[in-house]
Formats: sequence, C-alpha cells, structure tokens
Amino acid sequence: MNGFKRYLGIIWILLSPAIVVFLFWQAADKIGKASAATRSNVTLQWSIILIIFLPICIGLLIFGYYAFKGYYDHLPESSEEITDY
Amino acid sequence: MSNPNTSSKGMGFIIGASSVGTLIEWYDFYIFGMLATIISKQFFPDDSGTSALLSTLAIFAAGFIVRPFGALVFGRLGDLIGRKYTFLLTLILMGGSTFAIGLVPGFKTIGWAAPIIVLVLRLIQGLALGGEYGGAATYVAEHAPPDRRGFWTSWIQTTATLGLFLALGIIILIRNAQGVEKFGKEWGGWRYPFWISSILVIVSIVIRMRMSESPMFAQVKAEGKTSVNPLKESFGHRANFKMVLLALFGAVMGQGVIWYTGQFYAQSFLENTCKLEFTQSRNILLLAILFATPFFVFFGWLSDIIGRKWIMLLGMLLGVVFYRPIFGELLKDTNAKEWMKDKPNLAEGALSNNGKADTIINKAGFFIVHHQTNNWIYKDTRFSEKRNDTLKLMGYTLYPPLSALGKDTFNFAKIPDTKVLYTDKVLAAALKWKFVWLVWCMVIFVTMVYGPMAAFLVEMFPTKIRYTSMSLPYHIGNGVFGGLVPFLGTLIVEFTKNKENPAGDPLAGLWYPIGVAALCLFIGTIYLRNKIDKDVMD
Repeated sequence: MNGFKRYLGIIWILLSPAIVVFLFWQAADKIGKASAATRSNVTLQWSIILIIFLPICIGLLIFGYYAFKGYYDHLPESSEEITDY
Repeated sequence: MSNPNTSSKGMGFIIGASSVGTLIEWYDFYIFGMLATIISKQFFPDDSGTSALLSTLAIFAAGFIVRPFGALVFGRLGDLIGRKYTFLLTLILMGGSTFAIGLVPGFKTIGWAAPIIVLVLRLIQGLALGGEYGGAATYVAEHAPPDRRGFWTSWIQTTATLGLFLALGIIILIRNAQGVEKFGKEWGGWRYPFWISSILVIVSIVIRMRMSESPMFAQVKAEGKTSVNPLKESFGHRANFKMVLLALFGAVMGQGVIWYTGQFYAQSFLENTCKLEFTQSRNILLLAILFATPFFVFFGWLSDIIGRKWIMLLGMLLGVVFYRPIFGELLKDTNAKEWMKDKPNLAEGALSNNGKADTIINKAGFFIVHHQTNNWIYKDTRFSEKRNDTLKLMGYTLYPPLSALGKDTFNFAKIPDTKVLYTDKVLAAALKWKFVWLVWCMVIFVTMVYGPMAAFLVEMFPTKIRYTSMSLPYHIGNGVFGGLVPFLGTLIVEFTKNKENPAGDPLAGLWYPIGVAALCLFIGTIYLRNKIDKDVMD
C-alpha cells in the first residue's frame, strides 16, 4: 500500500498543473465568448476562481510531492512526532 | 489527556454555550444566502437578470472564500491567548456586520455604494465565521472524555444545519406575515432577519462570558508550552503541514461539497430550476433537515465505536452515486411541459387567464403581445403558466398605412410564445413528501460526512496549534470547495446553454460536487487511517 501511495503522488503532482491549465483555458474561453455588456462581470468571476484555486493547486502539488517521498507511509501517533523540530 | 472529570451535566453547559454562539453565527451567515434572490434585486440594477444573481452569489461566495483568512487570523489568536476570548471576538464581529447589512439602503437609493458596502460586510462575516468553528470544535473536544469525543462534538456539528433551519424558519415566518410584495420592498421584511440577529448575538455573548477556558489550553499555558508562532508551527514544518494537506484533500474537501450540495444547492435547485413556489421549496428543506438532524449525533456516536474514516467516506460515496438520480427525479416530477400534455388531468386554477397586451409597431410589422398568466391544477399540484403570445397583423406596411387603403378587416397570425415559463409550483401532498424524502436522503449523506468531522480534525493536531491547524483546512474545504457549489453549479449550467439547447443541462452543475467528492473519496480511502486517537493531549 505504501508503494501505491507513493506512485499516486505522481498523479497528484501532474493533476495540479492540469487543473491550472484547464482553469485558465476555461477562463479565456468564457471571457472571450462573453458579450460586451457582461464581459467585466465574467472576467471578475473567473479572476476570483483563478485566485482561489491557484494556491489550492499548489497545495495539491505539495501533497503529491509528500506522498511521492513517502511522508504519508506513517501517520504521526503523538504530538512529539509533529512538534519535534 | 482530555478531561475525564467533566460530567454529562458539565458537558451539557459546555455544549450549550459553544453551540448557541456557533448556531447564531451560522444563522447570520445563511440568511444572506437564503435571501440571495431578493438581495440581487435590491442591490443590483434592475436589468441585470442572471448576472445580478451570479454577482450576488459571488458576494455570497466571497463570504466563504475569506473564511480561510479568518481561520488563520483567529486560529492564531485562539492558540496564543485562548479559546474563550477569541470566541467572543468572532461573535461580536459577526453580529455587528449582520446587523449592519440590514441597514444598507438599496441600489435605487445609493447606487453602486450599496453592493460595495454589502460586500465589505459580507467579508467581515466570513472572517468571523472563519474563526468560530475551529474554536467551538476544539473547545468541546478538549473537554470531552476520549471515548465519547465523537458523540459530544457531533452536537457542535448540528449547529450549521440548525442555523440553516433557523434562518429558513424566520424568513418564512416573516414573509408569510407580511406578504410577498411587502416582504420584497426596499425596506421590507427581508431585512428583519438581519436585525433579529442582534438580539440572538447579545444572548450568546452573555452565555459565553460565563464560560471558562479550555482545560487543556489552560494547562498548556500554565506549563508555558503555548506556541510562540502558531502559523509557522502549523504550516512551516512538514510534519504538521502534511497533516493539514491530508485533512483538506482526504476529508474536508469532499465533506464541504457534500454539505452544500445536500442543503444549499438542493434548495436553490428546487426554487430556481424546478420552479417550486418560494415557501414550499424552503418547507421541504426544513422538514428534511428536521428529520435528519438527529443523525449528526448518531454518526458522531457511531464513530466513537467503529472509527471516523469509513463513515465519512461512505457519505461521500453515496453522494457521488446518488446525486444525479436524486436531482433527476426532482426535475422529472416537476416537468410542467409534460403536465400540459396530459389534458384529462389538467384543470384551470383560480384567477386564470388574466393578462395585459402591448402593441409594437416597427419595420418588422404590427404586433400585439399578450402577456398572460394562466393558473393550472395538475393532479392537485398547482402551478402558473406565464406566456407572451404575439398576434402579427398580416399585410401591414408603414407606408402607405392600411388605414389609407381603406381596409375594414384585418387578418392576424398568431405566433405562440416559445419560452413559456412554468413557475410557482405547489406540489400535491404526496409529491411534496416524496421530495422531502429525497432531500432527507441527501441530508443523511451530510450527517455522515459531517457528524464525525470535528473529532476527526481535533485528533489530527497537537493542542498548542490545534485551533490554527484544523481551522484552515476546514474553512478551505467548506468555505472554498463547499461554498462555491451553488455559484459554480449555476455557472456550469449556464455554460451548457446554446442555440440548440437554450435551457442548458440543469443537472450539469452536479459534476462539480461529484468530481470533488470522488477525488476526496479516493485520496481519503488510500491515505487516511481509521484509528481513533484516545489522548489528544499527548
């Protein structure tokens, strides 16, 4: 199972930029198709979505990296394992 | 260690004191969402239509998106100075901003200042809520006996749904008392729920002033072991940060979309897609919530016995599998176009066939547009048909005019309306209870993912950074992923509209919560463990 967790980490690492690319593509498509009257509103909405999901995608990338490196092979059993730095 | 000496009676006061304030904060937050349609009309230009609704939902979403920032600010405070005083601060901020929203004049009075002020106040609401939940869950969990942590914290989990219940109930009561027209005026009854909040907040503040600090935090503070920099310790060190990420992607992300789809999106779907009458759409949700709320406590209790993980993940799986069939059934049973074809079971309702006519003369011709509202009854279900049929005068020319040609008779061609609206559906009793049952099923999924969640999150993080560490993933999962369900769901449906299919695919919006829940389900299954941490003070 630990091996599976690590290999899945590659999936999460790849998924993160894929989501970012998809979001930018959708934003460009929808803003481009918007009428002059609604373009500013559509641009605002997609800007919010991009600003919100970019850090989350970075988080997913880090999650994937941690999984790939095996940091989730063992989950902490006590606070000492987390705060011992 | 938790506090094994806290008696059931003592736990009762702790639960009550924490829950009342949390419930009020949820109520404050939800009345805005419940009144989104009216708010869009009051604070945005008249001709904005869907754009106004989306902009309002964006403001609604803004309140959710800012929650993670509130989690950071107040989580840090809670880990530095204690849970009790942070609680009080969040309550005062939430109450004050909610009351102020009720005082903002409409767009017609102060123009674009109206939505801007409302947006700022909404952001303050979001910040306050971001600090509330982590504190409440942490506070209760740190008092609870270790073998009943899921049971006692599940009471906190009921407050979000009960806050929704309270918001719905108060709105319906005021709307029914005032009538639809008066309720929707600029200074109408829709503002009253915002003002009522101030009374509830004052009561909550008085109760919370009597609370003592969390014994665990008090002990950590007495021993001089509080965190100097909770933010850095929570997110700057891999050992804890990896758990924050796991909590988000393996649990809370899915829980957030399930929570909002089963309640908020369901209510919005009933009102705006199925076109149910305002009060009935909310009554259905109220009844479903009423019958499902005890299951928060049941699943919290069950998680103390069999673990938290599989209960939460099962709730996500059920949502992934059953959302489309359930929402499809809701849509199928409110298809008025099919009702109109079943003539033997169709009867005219009261005040039918009222309407007015407009005359339009332009280069295209001479038209009379008849705006009509017909009321119908189909198998005890009542609904309205709004249509704008057009009569076109045949052979009309601008010059020379027909009158100059001495024509005494005129021939009209009827052009039926192709965009007939069927609205204000009031379902027959049997159908209404079917809808209650379907929505109840979705709220049960909510109780499964949410009931054990507080105990689950508390057990992931050490005491000195618990408030900070659990608040951020919780509010990202709920505030961002969950809070955006209505907004993104509506947006996705808009994207499916085209010339061939002007109505779009009404179920398309479900792909967002289904996709997010499925991903979270997969990650949680692989990476989470089911072991209950007995000692959260170690």
